[in-house]
Parts: sequence; C-alpha cells; structure tokens
Amino acid sequence: MNTRVTRSSRFSNGALAVLALLVVVLLTAPWWAGRAELRLFGEIYLYLSLACLWNLMAGYAGLVSVGQQAYVGFGGYMLFALTIYAGIHPVAAIIAGGLLAAAISIPVATLIFRLNGAYFAIGTWVVAEVFRLSFAQVSALGGGSGSSLPVAIVKSLADSRSARESLSYYLAIGSLILVFAAIYFLLRSNRGIALTAIRDNESAAAELGVNVWRTKLEIYVVTSALTAIIGGLIFLQKLRISPEAAFSVNDWTAFVIFIVVIGGIGTLEGPIIGTIIFFLLRETLADFGTTYLMILGLVAIIVMIKAPKGLWGLISQRYDLEIFPLRYRVQQSATTEQG
Amino acid sequence: MSSLLEAQALNAFYGDFQALYEVELSINEGDVVAIVGANGAGKTTLLRSIAGLLKNDAHSIRFNGTPIGHYRADKVAKLGIALVPEGRQLFPSLSVEENLKLGATVGRKGHWSLHSVFELFPILKERRAVASTQLSGGQQQMVAIGRALMSNPDLIMFDEISLGLAPVIINSIYEQLPQVINQGTTAVIIEQDITRALSSASRVYCLQEGRVKLSGRTDELTRQQITQAYFGVAA
Repeated sequence: MNTRVTRSSRFSNGALAVLALLVVVLLTAPWWAGRAELRLFGEIYLYLSLACLWNLMAGYAGLVSVGQQAYVGFGGYMLFALTIYAGIHPVAAIIAGGLLAAAISIPVATLIFRLNGAYFAIGTWVVAEVFRLSFAQVSALGGGSGSSLPVAIVKSLADSRSARESLSYYLAIGSLILVFAAIYFLLRSNRGIALTAIRDNESAAAELGVNVWRTKLEIYVVTSALTAIIGGLIFLQKLRISPEAAFSVNDWTAFVIFIVVIGGIGTLEGPIIGTIIFFLLRETLADFGTTYLMILGLVAIIVMIKAPKGLWGLISQRYDLEIFPLRYRVQQSATTEQG
Repeated sequence: MSSLLEAQALNAFYGDFQALYEVELSINEGDVVAIVGANGAGKTTLLRSIAGLLKNDAHSIRFNGTPIGHYRADKVAKLGIALVPEGRQLFPSLSVEENLKLGATVGRKGHWSLHSVFELFPILKERRAVASTQLSGGQQQMVAIGRALMSNPDLIMFDEISLGLAPVIINSIYEQLPQVINQGTTAVIIEQDITRALSSASRVYCLQEGRVKLSGRTDELTRQQITQAYFGVAA
C-alpha cells in the first residue's frame, strides 16, 4: 500500500467547495436580501474580520491584547479626518488610515512589548484609553461628543442609497476575504511555521535563529493596520463617530474575544463558528437588555469549562477534521508516493 | 590552535540566585568537549548562557573573538552556535520536516540540508510528515539533532544527549556522532555517564556548584580525579 503526504483531506476539499459556493451566494446578496439583512451581513463580516485578526495575534503570536479597539477607533477617526479635512475619497481614506495605523503601531509596540502576559494585556488597554482621551481632545473632530460624516462625502460614494448600501456590503465582504486569505497564506508560509514554533516553544524557536521579537512585531503591525481598515469600514457603515463608540472595549474587544474563545482560539475555523453563535445569540436575545449580556457570560463560562479549546476544538478533536488545511497528513492511496 | 569559544569570569544568575561563579572555559576549533557534573552543578546554565537564553556580561563569552555574552538567542544562532536542548524541545504542532526546516532559519550554507540530514537518519525521511509528538524518544532526539545541524553550525552543543533514552538508542546516537562532528563542527556534550563522556571527548570540564572544579585533556586525567571533582568528596 502506498502512502501520500498531503495537507488536504476529502473532508477539507468538500468543506472548502461548500464554503466557496456560500461565498458566491453571499456575493449576490444585494440582489435578493433586504436593506436590514444587508446591513446585518455587513456587520457580521466586519466582526468576523476583527475576530480573525485578534485570533492571529492572540492564538498564533501569543499577543493577548485587550486594546485592539485603539486601532478600530483610530481607523474610524482617520476616515472622518481625512475625508473632511483632506478631501480624500472615503475608500482611499480608509486605506490611508490602515497605513497610518501601521506607522503608529511600531512605537506603541516598542513600548508595550516590554510587558508580558497579563501586564501586556493591561498595557494594551491603557494605550487604547490614551487613544480615546486624545481623540476626545480634538475639537475639529467633535471632541467628546463626536461628529457625523457630511452628506456630500457620503454621496461621493454613490448617488443612490441602494448603490451606497451595496458598495458598503462589498467593501465589508471584500475586506473579510482579504483578511482571511492573508492570514491563511501567512500561516502556510515559512513565516507561519516560525510563528507556530514561537507559540509552541518560544525559547526553542529563538535558539534556532527565529527572531521572536521581530516576528511578533510584524504580526502586531499587520494586525493593527488591518484592524484600522475594518474600523474605517465599521464607521463608514455607522456614518457617525464618537470617542465612546470608537474606542469601546466592550464592542471591539470583549465581544471579539468572546467570539474567538467560544469558537476555538488558535484555529482558522474557530472565529467563524464563534461569529455565527455570537450573532445568533445577539439577534435572538438582544431585546432582553442586560440579561442578554449575562447569558453571553454564562455561555462563555460553560464553553471554557466544557470545551477549553472552543467548540471547533471539540469538533476537530473528536472527528479529526480541518476545513482549512494547515497540517500535513499521511493518506493511504493507490497513487505513487510524492513529496 | 585558535580558541573558538571562550568564557571569562562568567557569572550567571536566575533572578537573585547565582548559578555560575567565575567560570573559565576555552574550546578550540575541532574539539569535542564534555561537561560533567552532578544535578544542579550549572551545566545547563552554562549552555543556556552561551546560546543566549540567559543574558550575561558582554565580555564574559567570546565567539571567534567577538563578545557575545549579551546577544539574544537568535543572534547567537546566526553566528553559528546551535543547541540540542535537554528534553528535545520539538514543536508539537509541526511535522518532522517542518521542525527540521526551522533549523535552516538562519540561512547558513554548508554540508547540512534536508537531504543530508535524511541521509544521516533515514527513519526521519520515512516519518517526515508525522507530528513530532508521534515519534519515539530516540527519533525525537534525531529530529532535535537534525534540526540543530540544519543551521550548519560551527559549534554544536548537546544538553543531556542521552537523557531518557534506551541504552541501545544511546549507542546508535553515539555511533552517528563522529559523522556529525566530522563536518568541521566543534562540539560540546553534557553527559551524565562519565565513562562515555571521557571516551568520546578530547577535553573535559567538571562543574560543581557553579564552579569549574577540574578541567583538562581526557587522556591526562585520572578517573579518580574526575570522580572527586564530580562529587566533591574523595570516593
């Protein structure tokens, strides 16, 4: 009997085909979905993007941050500042916001990378608060009460409301595909191997010449830039920004951590499962106010006790499944051996 | 012969605890040096200091004349010092082949490649797609050695090379050792088995409570001298 070394399995091939079909169906959503659904879908994509990015940082690079709202808010504010005062097209402003976030994340990283574990987490939160307080001081952007995106700028996106809504939808799904593909190919590259090695055993990786500090910095910078782009898109959907909303630790970090932990940290599939569960709970329970938050907390506690590796961890362990093939596996087959 | 690696007045600390006291060490190119000593004598600390996993005074360690005591581990690795760590320290999420490939991160050219490592340890080629955790202890040690060799080091250090391995596996690893070292590599071996350390090494350092108690050419020292330095009492 011959064996073959491969990354894909029959399940992963099938699942990927189903997923590709789903993406195609979702791409046609502006033709069949109502206004409210379109908006909800857009929000789901943006949350899933944030979850994937946080998962890359915490689950693969070991950078457990509770301060990524700094970059969500930064991206949002850059959209407003650059469109209102520099007269740039909103989409260009969002991309520029991502680049600026990358630039600002480097000095931030040199500061907070001195901290480890829980101290690092708290440090990132402090940085986010500094961002919030700083933007609240800028009266040109509405200070503490915030500002709205002027109508002329909104209209520069597209003339009709429905055209704007489908553009906003495509930007959201497009950035999700971009974020997901970027992470997937990063993890499959040599750099991904180094990243996994750091997660498994930091000092053993360093001994082999892996520059742990720089690898983490690269992940932090890329994640922060993409998070700012998602932040820009979030506030392009909302059309209004304020320091409280832009730098909300609940909205942009606590819910995102919930999604990743419930779904399964350190897996590509986890954030997808987590996002589905989060939105199912939110859409069915949001009317109950604080009770809804208590139920979220309860779900988190139960999952952490019963399935510490998240729901996807539970499924993949029991059935040895992987939708996005990252591991190698040996397959028995009739074909000749290949490397 | 020129000195490849030198330690001068090397003091190493874990927080407030001092693990090495004024250690002097000199390793010539092409040497095989054995470091022996009881548990807690500072053998592993010495290797961790050289590998850059413990920060030291810059001038306390020199490699080819360059002070490296303060270097980070990845910088030390790029200079050509590789460590086969105690307990193998393989990456459980990665396959055998990925573990080996990581060894080539530093990008140093030389004899060792995936091909030549598979030639040295043919069993690894067969098992290259398997997760490293599914290997036997001996095979894991082969991966750890192969991974260190992939960086084509000038100096390779083996920490507790035979710890936790069956005698027959230890024999086969020692049989391969000359092939490993013959490619122009200098080696440091930490070994609990004094007899084996003396037979495979040209020089020996005996550590006791963080200090070098005895050092010299293996053919000039008596077994009794070493035993005394090892235990600190006349045996």
